[in-house]
Amino acid sequence: MIEALDERGPDSSGIAVYGDRPVTEGPPVLRVSLGSDEAVDWLALGCSLLDVATSGAELHRFGAGLVLDLPETCLSAVEQQLATEWPQVKVLGTGWNLRVLKDTGRPTDTCARYAIRSWDGYLAVAHTRMATESAVTVLHSHPFVPSRDLCVVHNGSFSNYATVRRHLVDDGVRFDSDNDSEVAARYLSSRLQFGDDLEEATRWVMKEMDGFFTLVITSGDEMSVVRDAFACKPAVVAETPAYVAVASEYRALAELPGIAEATVFEPRPEEVYTWRR
Amino acid sequence: METLNGTETLDCDMLGTRAVNRALRALPEGTGARVQAPRGRHNLAVGLPNPVAVTVDGNAGYFLGGLGGTKDAGGPDIVVNGFVGWSVGENLMGGSIRVRGGASQSAGASARGGLIVIEGDASLRAGISLKGGTLAIAGDAGAMTGFMAQAGTILIGGDAGHALGDSLYEAVIYVQGTIASLGADAVIEEMTDEDVLVVKRLVEESGFDHIEPDDLKRVASARQLYHFSTHNHGAY
Repeated sequence: MIEALDERGPDSSGIAVYGDRPVTEGPPVLRVSLGSDEAVDWLALGCSLLDVATSGAELHRFGAGLVLDLPETCLSAVEQQLATEWPQVKVLGTGWNLRVLKDTGRPTDTCARYAIRSWDGYLAVAHTRMATESAVTVLHSHPFVPSRDLCVVHNGSFSNYATVRRHLVDDGVRFDSDNDSEVAARYLSSRLQFGDDLEEATRWVMKEMDGFFTLVITSGDEMSVVRDAFACKPAVVAETPAYVAVASEYRALAELPGIAEATVFEPRPEEVYTWRR
Repeated sequence: METLNGTETLDCDMLGTRAVNRALRALPEGTGARVQAPRGRHNLAVGLPNPVAVTVDGNAGYFLGGLGGTKDAGGPDIVVNGFVGWSVGENLMGGSIRVRGGASQSAGASARGGLIVIEGDASLRAGISLKGGTLAIAGDAGAMTGFMAQAGTILIGGDAGHALGDSLYEAVIYVQGTIASLGADAVIEEMTDEDVLVVKRLVEESGFDHIEPDDLKRVASARQLYHFSTHNHGAY
């Protein structure tokens, strides 16, 4: 799907998939996706993390990153180890069943490099980036996963993101890049922590963040779409009894099964559309 | 490419956009072609000078049929059996485009001539900067429709969104349904006999028989923004 939109943003791409791992018996296992802008000895990193994540942890190495499955009790030890021994490595995302991948380059290349077609899951988010506000690196790429299972992709640019970020930093929020979209993602996450539901939190983003945006926000079982008042950035939705799909352009949806019978529409500006699984 | 019942068939699965458009440009006057499997592709049937009949079988992308025809000699008649992306018929000069589904943003932007018919809804900024073309929308039109439109006609069979006709020049907008709000310097005026005649002709051409020509709102410029007013001196 995302390959059809290569030309919209050839500089970096990212994918998040929910439900890539079969549900197993026993205590729930967190999945942590790691990445870095620097060359990393991933094997040494993996060994060093397995050393501190005592029992039940499992490593999956792929391309420019690493995925670690571990019991929740081991998480703080792993985070501590990363912060002290591997500061150049960042957590791309954490979730109960979420896998996050970011890389530079076109989505077509990224999909081929990581054999995305073989990934499984019930909800996937893909983004292709044409950077306007900040550098082209792995950590500047979308999607942003500011808290467990919460995933944000953005098309557009925010104008007041430095102000919003200062407020968030004052509140103790940490950032992995100077990307404007990361600010929206972490602001949304902070609203959710205040107790908003996804729809309320999305309305706060609309209220507090100035600029152009089409945002797609997913949690483990919900997906929201919202556009700025001027609908500067495109969006198209396809609904069928079997699935809901959202994209910047119809080209990305054209090959979906049953698309000819789907209800296809353009989401209206300033309206929050939410679907629940 | 192959010929079917005297009409050329162009398959987008086999041809790039330039090959499709080159083949369409090469069509002799009075002939036609079908474009198949567009799958949302951009820039199809752009810049066609001749009066030819083009059918696009499916959903098309941005700028469909833009820059077509000439102001005096007409142009191609294009029918899309599906919906279109941004800027259908942008800078159209002559001929016609009929979209059987809806249109995304900026339908008919800057069109200087010709007729664009949207059988579904049109999204934001339909007819932006219209320069003489005609845009007929069967359903609703999004916010800022007719923004800075200079000349031409926009007909809306459904409801109009916010800021309708913002900063209008001499284009005229006819609305059958409700208007969420008028833009700066846009006013609702009485329909004249001449307006009713214009709409009658347009209803006939578009086939929008749900529109009652004498029961519409005429939106035009109040012409208060044409000249600098000393009253506004403080704003500068």
